[in-house]
Amino acid sequence: MADPTPTRNAEDYLRMYRQMVRIRAFEDQANQLYLSAKMPGLTHMYSGEEAVAVGICEALEVTDRITSTHRGHGHCVAKGAEFQAMFCELLGKQEGYCRGKGGSMHIADQSNGNLGANAIVGGSMGIATGAAFTARMLGRDDVAVCFFGDGATAQGLMYEVMNMAALWSLPVIYACENNGYSEYTRTEEIAAGQILDRARAFGIEAHRVDGQDVLAVNALAASLVQRARRGEGPFFIELMTYRYHGHHVGDINRDYYRARDEETLWKTERDPILLFRDWLTREGVATEDELEAVQDEVSRDAEAAVRYALEAAYPDPSEVDMHVYTDIPHALA
Amino acid sequence: MRQITLAKAVNEAIAEEMRRDPSVFVIGEDVAEAGTPFKVLSGLVEEFGTGRVVDTPISEPGFMGLAVGAAMTGTRPVVDLMFGDFLFLVMDQLCNQAAKAHYMSGGKISVPLVLRTNLGATRRSAAQHSQSLHALVAHVPGLKVALPSSAYEAKGLMKTAIRDDNPVVIFEDKLMYQDKAEVPEEEYLIPFGVANVLREGGDVTLIGTSSMVQVCLAAADLLAADGISAEVIDPRTLVPLDEATLIASARKTGRAIVVDEGHQSYGVTAELAARIAEKAFYHLDAPVLRMGAMDVPVPFSPALEDLTVPTPAAVAEAAARICRGELVHAA
Repeated sequence: MADPTPTRNAEDYLRMYRQMVRIRAFEDQANQLYLSAKMPGLTHMYSGEEAVAVGICEALEVTDRITSTHRGHGHCVAKGAEFQAMFCELLGKQEGYCRGKGGSMHIADQSNGNLGANAIVGGSMGIATGAAFTARMLGRDDVAVCFFGDGATAQGLMYEVMNMAALWSLPVIYACENNGYSEYTRTEEIAAGQILDRARAFGIEAHRVDGQDVLAVNALAASLVQRARRGEGPFFIELMTYRYHGHHVGDINRDYYRARDEETLWKTERDPILLFRDWLTREGVATEDELEAVQDEVSRDAEAAVRYALEAAYPDPSEVDMHVYTDIPHALA
Repeated sequence: MRQITLAKAVNEAIAEEMRRDPSVFVIGEDVAEAGTPFKVLSGLVEEFGTGRVVDTPISEPGFMGLAVGAAMTGTRPVVDLMFGDFLFLVMDQLCNQAAKAHYMSGGKISVPLVLRTNLGATRRSAAQHSQSLHALVAHVPGLKVALPSSAYEAKGLMKTAIRDDNPVVIFEDKLMYQDKAEVPEEEYLIPFGVANVLREGGDVTLIGTSSMVQVCLAAADLLAADGISAEVIDPRTLVPLDEATLIASARKTGRAIVVDEGHQSYGVTAELAARIAEKAFYHLDAPVLRMGAMDVPVPFSPALEDLTVPTPAAVAEAAARICRGELVHAA
């Protein structure tokens, strides 16, 4: 593990640990909901990438904005969302963050600055850049973080908005979660050259960091966020990480593109939660028992939220033509 | 009353709204010093500065996407898309992102942006600078679509569009920028979803959009000479649509022709004709006719291009034939 940011204290570390455990617990429950056919549609698991979302979001204020991806539950939790409204959204219930209209791939939590997951790969890069534009235009010191995967680096929109962000020194951080796979294809098969060089071509300062090391991610993010607030942005980070599941929960027979041994190696040797847990006990921040208690409490919270969501009401049919327009209560009336 | 051009009317509308609301800004290619190729925005950068009249690289999807994010977070962008044909470049950001964000978030996120662009053929600009693509965006729930038909309309509709909390696409006819109309000095807005009956008549209803309003008015003059009384209606906005005014007129006259510069097939004319056919059927004395642009890419040669758009003579002839009880098949 990297040296931590000097200003962090035990409370911060335990909150980061809890947030990582919460993401894992959320995804384990979501996966079970899919496997037991209780969830409509399908979803994309963030498990294995927890240190990325938590390391970055712990460097942000609630007023800072993020944009997320189809693999977005981790970002949503890390930016402050609650389990209950998240599970309700995944199950299409009225009490979900989006009243059941978005689902897993569009979950948004405006109250915590999450402008939403996006089901178009790379589709939110303009939105994050625009959030940074707003901050600059209105004289706020907010920062925007754009989460996207290695697969999204193949989209042209990214280069258009990075060009503008660099020209105008916008306070945006492009956070590329390189989990090694672009859907069902290895990243080296879709990405020519080095991903970092693409940002550097625009004069954007770019860093690569171990995405399994929450302290390394957090230290880098904290420094870049602070600099972006001072007008030194934009920045680009490539976070080397791994997704434990397939492209989505239904991508189970994936031996044709990824070896099981590779998955086992990452889960046993490179797991971000286990690595951080070791560090916390070694440094005397918490005992094994204390960390176990956090895990148990989070698991119970997740189970309770799932039970609640399963029983919660679906939206009334009258909702179907609501929220098409802000000023027309029912678009088809 | 003073007369000003459509270009000046749009310029005034945007300038007034920028003075009124500091969160309004203009973004697009060559909008600042150049004032756009049609010089519609000349003078804005001198008054509001480059921070609010923002020149971008030639990156339509990029600045469209940036505007969506800006609109979500507290500003009101007026996006300048130099030609309506470039809509195809921004479709993901406009239709997958801007149009759906409010619905997908259960009403928590809104995208108050205006995309101003243009339509219209016969400028000898060929197939990639002449299209009228408003039907494409009117098809997507979540977008509002306005089609000003004069300088007066352009100013009032633009001011309403900028104050609207939804994404609005407003199409100006690029051949009408220098056309003058009476525009009052004092402020006014034109509400969305209220059609304008420009001329009352009893024999046939001519529904025209954008520049086709002028075509319908000219056709009505031709028809009057033949003793046929045509009612001319401008829907002003396709979304929301003032269906009631169109239906009421068709019920009154018993005949209707819808004229629009988009391609005829699967277009605006088809949608409006279908609504009239469904809701005024028992009052109709003739099939509702569609007159759109010819279903071909817009050709360059003037000899060919002029054949592709509806003309006053063609509209008047079709109207006269249905008024005589002749069976008319739309082209």
